[in-house]
Amino acid sequence: MKNKMYPFYFSLGAIVLYSLFMVIPGLMGFYLSFTDWNRYSSEINFIGFQNFALIFSKQNYWHSISNTIIFTIVTIVLKTVIALLLALLLSRGLKRFFNFHRVIIYLPAIIPMIVVGIVFRSILHPTTGVLNEFLKGVGLDFLAQHWLTNPDIALYSVIFVDTWKGVGFIMVILIAGLQVIPAEYYEAAQIDGANQWDELWKITLPLLMPTLTVTTVLNLLYGLKVFDIVWVLTNGGPGYATETVYTVVFKEFSKGRYGVSTALSTLLFVIMSICGYWLIKMMHAKEVET
Amino acid sequence: MLKMKTLKSMPTNFLAILISLVMFVPIYLLFVNSLKDDVQSRAMGVELPTGIHLENYLTVIEQGKLGVAFANSMLYATGATIIVVVFSTTAAFVLSRNRSPRNRFLYLFITLGIAMPINYVTLTKVMQATHLSNTVAGIMILYAATKIPFAVFLLYAFIESIPKEIDEAAIIDGCSPFTLFLNVIFPLLTPAWVTTAILSFLDFWSEFILPLYFLQSSAKWPMTLAVYNFFGMFETRWNLVSADIVLTILPVVVVYLIGQRYIISGMTSGAVKG
Repeated sequence: MKNKMYPFYFSLGAIVLYSLFMVIPGLMGFYLSFTDWNRYSSEINFIGFQNFALIFSKQNYWHSISNTIIFTIVTIVLKTVIALLLALLLSRGLKRFFNFHRVIIYLPAIIPMIVVGIVFRSILHPTTGVLNEFLKGVGLDFLAQHWLTNPDIALYSVIFVDTWKGVGFIMVILIAGLQVIPAEYYEAAQIDGANQWDELWKITLPLLMPTLTVTTVLNLLYGLKVFDIVWVLTNGGPGYATETVYTVVFKEFSKGRYGVSTALSTLLFVIMSICGYWLIKMMHAKEVET
Repeated sequence: MLKMKTLKSMPTNFLAILISLVMFVPIYLLFVNSLKDDVQSRAMGVELPTGIHLENYLTVIEQGKLGVAFANSMLYATGATIIVVVFSTTAAFVLSRNRSPRNRFLYLFITLGIAMPINYVTLTKVMQATHLSNTVAGIMILYAATKIPFAVFLLYAFIESIPKEIDEAAIIDGCSPFTLFLNVIFPLLTPAWVTTAILSFLDFWSEFILPLYFLQSSAKWPMTLAVYNFFGMFETRWNLVSADIVLTILPVVVVYLIGQRYIISGMTSGAVKG
């Protein structure tokens, strides 16, 4: 009866597209990572762990992995803390104009990353950029930097721009998380004489924990595959200072070195599939509760 | 009493305005600089334009071949959105209604894709084997494939909220599964599929990596690639670059302002319980 009412072939389109273009390339990576696949030869030979050995020995590959990890961790911390402060400010402090501010703060999230990168290339320009002009204008000349060309700070400039763009998205999720915390808890706490600090630490944060976990995993998954923003702002430079896994994958791909490129992608695939399984488990667990 | 409250909320309001300003500065910069002349826009400053130079927009449309790129983006984003909506609503419907062990497994299998990164390098082999590399159909299908996992996840939960008795009544009335879906379920799903469509469209409009890997001929480039390339050619002429960008973000900003409630509800569902 059920099979008749809900024919299986209805789901085939989604399953075929998803399998063919996402799952199969992912699985192919496990084989092709161990080969010398490249643009210049039609033969593909098995070469064992050579690609992986190369990744862990050459500086630019290794740098891309450590940069990606730094980028991911710092953006998780920044976005979570700032988004939480914004969410609390907007949902607790504002009665009117709440939606207006939410719309504006979320706006950067819908603008293409490429565009954001181009605009910030001008804002972060060392001599004519708005940021340095502003810093000089308010007498903080010593803070004005070569944001994108100084290898010591370039990665953090990229992180700053990415946080500017992504924080609204996290904030919107956290606001939704705050809204489902029952108001009675706060009323009861106030009767018991709790101050706002107590409320934050003993009610808001513990009850927001499931939402914070989800946003953290979302940030994690995003951070590990960062590409667009780095590509436009610094192209991985200066030197290898801002190279990430996906920028190296594309550069090696452009040079025709498909084997190494695949090995690096596959490494990321494994890490992210584990994170992803974790995310899905959490999301499904919540479905059961409701 | 009322006055006290207003006074107390002043710092909060002030802070919120300040933050919104910081978020808005780049968009303001783009807009004012797109109206300036070459000299005034060289530093991409915050000052207002001394004259309104709307001809910048004409220049970018002519020199940047923007019309073609705009049409490409519109075609890819719309086409891929339609594919996502059709395949995801049908799949979510069947998988959500008939929870056989196989279907439960398939649902889990699909949603795993929300987190799965794309292996662009090996994907080139699949694209070649299917003769989809550097084709319009290929890029639309690719866009759609990347969004299907999230769309199925979003719709699956919504379908649960539609009572099953409706299906049974329709079948007894002689509906085939196809008419049941098309005339009964799909209309009831409207809020959910509209959300899915808006979110997909916004993402497809911003897509940069997939065309970078899989569209070699510049005539097929979407706006993102065209803008990036244009920026490379006219790096110091910020008035033109800004005009180019304003045209690129105009559709998404309009879609966002019209559909912001759908967007926010879609983005938060799944992430937040309740």
